[in-house]
Amino acid sequence: MSVYGKVMRSEAGKGLTLISPTLVYALLLLAAPLISIVLLSFWTQQFLTIQRDFTIANYAEALTDPLYRELMLRSLRISGMVTMVTVVLAFPVAYFISFHVRPDRKSLWLFLITIPFWTSYLIRVFLWRVILAYDGPVNSGLIATGMIDEPLSWILYNANSVVITLAHAFAPFAILPIFVSLEKIDRSLLEAARDLGESKAMTFLRVTLPLAMPGVLAAVLIVFIPTVGDYVTPRLVGGSGGTMIANMIYAQIFDLNDRPMGATLAVLAMMVVAMVLLWGVSRLRFWLWLVDRAGGGAKGIGAAIGAALAEILVLRALFSLGPALLGPGVAVIVLLLLATAGSVLILMRVPKGRWGI
Amino acid sequence: MRLTPLTVFASLYLLVLYAPIVLLPLFAFNDGTVIAFPLQGFTTQWFAALLDTPALHQATLNSLVIAVSTSVFATILGLFAARAATRYSFPAKAGVVGFIMLPLVLPEVIVAISLLIVLMQLGLDSGTWSIIAGHTLICTPFAIAILQGSFSNMDRSLEEAAVDLGETPWSTFRLITLPLVTPGIIASLLICFTISLDEFIIAFFLSGNEPTLPVYLWGQLRFPARLPVVMALGTILVILSVLLLVLAETFRRRGLKRAGLKDTGGFL
Repeated sequence: MSVYGKVMRSEAGKGLTLISPTLVYALLLLAAPLISIVLLSFWTQQFLTIQRDFTIANYAEALTDPLYRELMLRSLRISGMVTMVTVVLAFPVAYFISFHVRPDRKSLWLFLITIPFWTSYLIRVFLWRVILAYDGPVNSGLIATGMIDEPLSWILYNANSVVITLAHAFAPFAILPIFVSLEKIDRSLLEAARDLGESKAMTFLRVTLPLAMPGVLAAVLIVFIPTVGDYVTPRLVGGSGGTMIANMIYAQIFDLNDRPMGATLAVLAMMVVAMVLLWGVSRLRFWLWLVDRAGGGAKGIGAAIGAALAEILVLRALFSLGPALLGPGVAVIVLLLLATAGSVLILMRVPKGRWGI
Repeated sequence: MRLTPLTVFASLYLLVLYAPIVLLPLFAFNDGTVIAFPLQGFTTQWFAALLDTPALHQATLNSLVIAVSTSVFATILGLFAARAATRYSFPAKAGVVGFIMLPLVLPEVIVAISLLIVLMQLGLDSGTWSIIAGHTLICTPFAIAILQGSFSNMDRSLEEAAVDLGETPWSTFRLITLPLVTPGIIASLLICFTISLDEFIIAFFLSGNEPTLPVYLWGQLRFPARLPVVMALGTILVILSVLLLVLAETFRRRGLKRAGLKDTGGFL
């Protein structure tokens, strides 16, 4: 038998052969296009011709122009808010379904929660515009009951309405992973904690919550990443104050006809999201590790909060001093690299704790 | 079920989740051109208006062609990957499967832009075929997730028994494996069809001058006078999606029953 034949008949060979059509498709339609937008981001466009000289001019412009920076930060801020609202509201529902719903009713509840997600996204977003409008059900209802005198203006055509709409759209994404991790919890662990004298609240805090953490983390990732790049919601309910980075990417490519700049913003958005998530996960692990190291309780929480505050203060100082010392573009890059290096170092050195992060 | 604060919260949550969809038929049957309260009266004229809009019919046809092709391609690609992932172990398995599942978390804007830029640089015209290609990419992870469930629920000794009794690998697959995963395949086809029918961003970037149904809808949202018609169309789309989902869920459950397993949850 030839070497080729041997490889093809082995377990690994069979598996790789079988998955190859799907893998090749993903390589051609995902990897290759992603690589080409990275390439394109290092080129520039003069009117209609693309200049194929390698340059970081696009990145310098994207990082220093206050408009791009504001849009990027706003996208992160809005997505962060959406993620927080979605996960905090989803946890009790996932907990309810996992712990309080009869086992044969669970899949019905999950089905009910996923149905709205499968109905036209455009129409759902547009209906939020109707709901939050000046003469919409929220305002007319509140006025009719006498709770307010005039329509609320802070819920339409701004960042708040984008947060409300996106939090609604991504609700099932947060519930499902949390539900799965709650289902996996061995119920006898909870009984053991109660038998050993823990109160109901402490059992939840010290047993249920740490074991559900991987699901919470998955929910955070699955909500945060796609919402940063949302295009429809900011356009329909965001007004000018709710515009996000995806709208700018679209404008660069279709309206301003600057494809390399559009590609640059897309690449930057992905990189920034990856860095922010890396920072968040690594710091969470570090702080939880500090809490346990300091022996838990008030002392441990104090240590963790101290470390968090110290780092945030240092980062803020660097952000305000850096541009003066290094120039604005270089300062941002150096800071992002430093923060990422720190995150990687923490993830490599600090072990995964009992919180599973 | 006892009335605890948690029950109340979960019920309220469900209510808010459904709020937009409940409003949809209210405005679709409302006899007024403004989408606002109070409601004016009952009419079916907006549904009638759907019938004499040729552009809408063309967009619907485009969407159906795209959704059917996408569901078939994505399910076939999903079958390969799900079978490989559940049956064999091979080097870099987690990495390979993770990469194929990547479109699940990647912002759709990124997928749409990178595809569009490749098409532009290659000098190709975007159109129906490119939307099918893009939709297949983002639907394949969903197909894999559903099919992986069916494959891993399957009792492997059934296949071994067939081989022992003299069946070839291909006839084993055709006679034993395929019938057992058929409910999963049907669920996957229906889910991919629903996703493709509803997908906007990729279609918006790649449609050129052949709009799909969501792209057509997007264009109509700019004209206030057309909004009641959009509501009527939305009502039909929502009813269609819910029907497809109930069907997919029924097949998924039938698959579980056939494999002799207890139901543990929904899709995803």
